[in-house]
Amino acid sequence: MRRFGYNLKQAFVQMGRNKGMYFTTILAITAMMLILGLFFVAFVNVNLFTKSIEKDYNVVQVYVKENTKAEEVKALTESLENMEGVEKVEFVSKADALVSLKDTWGDNAYLLDNLPQNPLPDSFNVYVKDKDAANRLAEEAPKLAGVEDIVYYRDTIEKLAQLSRFVETGSIVAMLFLIIVSIIIVANTIKLTVFNREKEIGIMKYLGATNSFVRAPFILGGIIVGIVSAVVATGLTHLIYSRISGIIGEDVNRILSINFVPAEQLSMVLLVMFLILGVLIGSVGSMISIRRFLDK
Amino acid sequence: MIEFKNVSKKFGNNVALDDVSIHIKKGDFVFLVGPSGAGKTTFIRLILKELDPDKGKILLSGQDITKLRKRKIPEVRQKIGMVFQDFRLLEKKTVYENVAFAMEVLHKSRKEIKERVPYVLELVDILDKANRYPAELSAGEQQRVGIARALANQPRVLICDEPTGNLDPVTAMEIMALLELINIRGTTVLMVTHARDIVDAMNKRVVAINDGKIISDGAGGYVFRDFDLDGMPDDASDARKTITSISRQTLTGLSPRQTMTSVSQPTEVSDNEVEDMLSDYL
Repeated sequence: MRRFGYNLKQAFVQMGRNKGMYFTTILAITAMMLILGLFFVAFVNVNLFTKSIEKDYNVVQVYVKENTKAEEVKALTESLENMEGVEKVEFVSKADALVSLKDTWGDNAYLLDNLPQNPLPDSFNVYVKDKDAANRLAEEAPKLAGVEDIVYYRDTIEKLAQLSRFVETGSIVAMLFLIIVSIIIVANTIKLTVFNREKEIGIMKYLGATNSFVRAPFILGGIIVGIVSAVVATGLTHLIYSRISGIIGEDVNRILSINFVPAEQLSMVLLVMFLILGVLIGSVGSMISIRRFLDK
Repeated sequence: MIEFKNVSKKFGNNVALDDVSIHIKKGDFVFLVGPSGAGKTTFIRLILKELDPDKGKILLSGQDITKLRKRKIPEVRQKIGMVFQDFRLLEKKTVYENVAFAMEVLHKSRKEIKERVPYVLELVDILDKANRYPAELSAGEQQRVGIARALANQPRVLICDEPTGNLDPVTAMEIMALLELINIRGTTVLMVTHARDIVDAMNKRVVAINDGKIISDGAGGYVFRDFDLDGMPDDASDARKTITSISRQTLTGLSPRQTMTSVSQPTEVSDNEVEDMLSDYL
């Protein structure tokens, strides 16, 4: 503990001696983490949208032809139930469909009150296990007797899945790139600090200092940079994200019936992630630059 | 203490040390002399384990350091105190802090540091300047701090790399008196030097290296006849008188610096008295 205290003190002393350099490094790492954070929140939300939409669209709507007899409807129900990958078949009568539509329209539902007759057909909500089952159903169902049409948003789901994959890959590539850049930045800062203390390190080694003793203040310095950057970057990401979700969150909710992931929840995850990342960047970066000196 | 057994070291085609065998015993005071490029620095770097020999063995306090793993190197260096020609003090630290630093590096407790630092500063007679910065000190005073730092961790051997190289003759003699005192107190001293008058005056064991070989090993400074060195004037008898005077007065209780101020009127101590006093230390 005494040694840790000594090393920590040395780390702060050396940060104090190189204030400008450490400040710039914290700024650079914070910027990197901020970009990383924005990628991350985009990734989490797009993923959530995709999952949520996929879940909603695991339902294939099968519309029944006008004037189909009850026996035919029953037979159709059985045929649908017997199809592979079908989990549940729910019959929605045209009356139920109208009630549901009125619910969706909310305040504007009065517009539907004056219709001469209910224009909606009877339909089935067919819940399928997965996308493959949905595809199969979309292909087979129209061939069954009594089926007018089917509605299945395959294209939308696929596009969303594509977008999600793109954001996912982009995020991973960006994260790796930014992590490497951050490590290089920290390594260079620490290298300059080491240069400034070259004489001191030389004396320390002549005095019989162990490598870990020489290394510790530099690594702690790197870790402090990482931690400070992590906290600042989390704060900034939180601010920006809350602002964006505040501005467009309601619209997204109205259009897609989906909420943004709450900022507080995401910021906690981000903070933990950034702290781990900061410690990693700081320690790896400083170890890289001090190693060469210790090998001398 | 330090033993080289058939040690050879080459740098490319240059032979730095060629089949060197030597034994420096505990409590010895040894001068290592020779022209530039003779192999003196290689000799020291091998002891410090900055280099490994191509052939042969090096024993430090009976331990074969040639086979030592890298992470054990600090243990070797902790047994050695280094004194440099250019002092190598940390400018941003005070005299006290420079010496304390040597102990902090070895994780010594605050209590130990508080006790030891004033003690070594007193020993080298610089305690009154403990709160000064190196830039505020004369070259001789800076070298005293360098020696104090080297002694802080009670090393078994003190290696001095041209410690008087940057000092005027009188200050150089002061430093030599201090080193002799430290040697009398039991620390082995190995000193690399070009200063002929000092070697002649001290009348200690002199190991001369040339072209990587030990060409002479014996008492006295006669070996200098074989070298064309730009040494200081050959005024060995005067230098010896100064050192003897300083040493005697140090032993009678005066600090080396006090002795220098009174060197023109030295306290008379007979040779027998000096021997008696020395026996108390040995």
